[in-house]
Amino acid sequence: MRQAPLSPQMTVALPVLGAASILLAWQYLLPLLGVPAYIVPTPTAIFGVFQKNFALLMDNLRPTLIEALAGFVIGNLAAVLLAVLFVHSRVLQAAYFPIVLFFNTIPILALSPIIILIFGLGMTPKIVIAAVICFFPTLVNMIRGLDSASDNEHELFRVLSATRSEIFWSLRLPRALPMLFSSLRIASATAVIGAIVGEWIGSDKGLGALIIQATFNYQSDRLYAAIVLSSSLSIALFCLVVLVERRIIKY
Amino acid sequence: MTPDAIQARQLDVGYGGRQAAVKVLAGLDLTVAAGSFLSILGPSGCGKSTLLRVVADLLDPLGGTISVLGETPHVVRSRRDVGFVFQDSTLLPWRTVRDNVRLPLGVGQRSLTRKIKDRSTELLELMGLGGLGERLPHQLSGGQRQRVAIARALLGEPKLLLMDEPFGALDEITRDRLNDELLALWRRSGTTILFVTHSIGEAAYLGERVIVLAANPGRVVKDLDMRPFKQEGNRCKREDPAIVAAMADLRVALERAS
Repeated sequence: MRQAPLSPQMTVALPVLGAASILLAWQYLLPLLGVPAYIVPTPTAIFGVFQKNFALLMDNLRPTLIEALAGFVIGNLAAVLLAVLFVHSRVLQAAYFPIVLFFNTIPILALSPIIILIFGLGMTPKIVIAAVICFFPTLVNMIRGLDSASDNEHELFRVLSATRSEIFWSLRLPRALPMLFSSLRIASATAVIGAIVGEWIGSDKGLGALIIQATFNYQSDRLYAAIVLSSSLSIALFCLVVLVERRIIKY
Repeated sequence: MTPDAIQARQLDVGYGGRQAAVKVLAGLDLTVAAGSFLSILGPSGCGKSTLLRVVADLLDPLGGTISVLGETPHVVRSRRDVGFVFQDSTLLPWRTVRDNVRLPLGVGQRSLTRKIKDRSTELLELMGLGGLGERLPHQLSGGQRQRVAIARALLGEPKLLLMDEPFGALDEITRDRLNDELLALWRRSGTTILFVTHSIGEAAYLGERVIVLAANPGRVVKDLDMRPFKQEGNRCKREDPAIVAAMADLRVALERAS
């Protein structure tokens, strides 16, 4: 039997209650069970790091934020431009899309050392890794989106003798936007992952570097604080995408 | 003298190139007088929609000749003399109703679009959509969406209106109402209309003339002049015995064609 839908109040209250119950269990139950603080620090201990080491956290957030944002913009922009090229030239698409597919099968962790070899140790390789990780889902979704107008829609534009660029701006692009935004939502999380992975491999700054340092120094409260901050960064980026999406897509 | 709206001679249309073609229409002869209302009936796959697509220059014929308004289909399309209404309204979901109607103003050669007046307000009123201009298509009913599609097709004042089962997905009452509105529009505008439908009743009620196409390959198997059964201005009642008899006649032809 299907359950009755929840009231609007409950749809807000239940996730809050759910999260609160887990935090409470974490705070009070885990220490009782004898889980040591150097493995799982309590929420209050993690929150304490935010008060004590706020400047340190912010110093490390900044490079990761810049790398993730730059990677997000560059990777998605490149994917959109290549998708536009591909849907307008079937020859290019047939020649190069399989190669792009092949590149996508290389795990980003395996690709990262090569990117660092090429671009050195500064911010650039992290931006490139974040861009690469955003690139592929957006390329695939954008190609599908740009091709998603129906035959009748294309015929409608042909009856009106529309030019290729008019078909692109007035039909293909608006048709592609919902799919573009669904891949941008995914990219908002993966861009942060890309930046952090890049920082793991070679950096002394950024949330990724902080995670590595805290791990090796057994500063688990600092490690968890860095994780919370990375996840908050992804959520903030995600919300930004959703906000822009709601402004643009109204149907 | 006004040229015929359509003159097709020995028209072959198919898919898959000249050699290995599957013929959808074969040796079709058809003359349609300017300003007339022609209904096209036929079983699925008989090439009704294909015929409209050749007239609209969306598809090239394999053989034979076709002239539209005395010119090639290509010339007529590039002059914007053709309007097309599809079975699904084909409204762009991100544009408001008014902006959908105004689509012909925004695309195509500037020299042509500049000549078109923005009659969107007038057309929305005419189609009973006044006050709905700022809505989005998903906020409309099926019948309203089809009205928007017709208004859009009429914006450029086409000399020829091609309608591909435009009311096929609507309920009977809405369809009957839109039939009457379409006839009123046709009387007022003098546009030639080619109307493809599955419904014998609709074909008989709307058309001054009804042709029935048979499939494999598509050809005209019945050509019925409806004017003797109707009053001045293509007016008739749906339940008029003469119309009902004509419908029975068409049904026999359609059954044989299927």
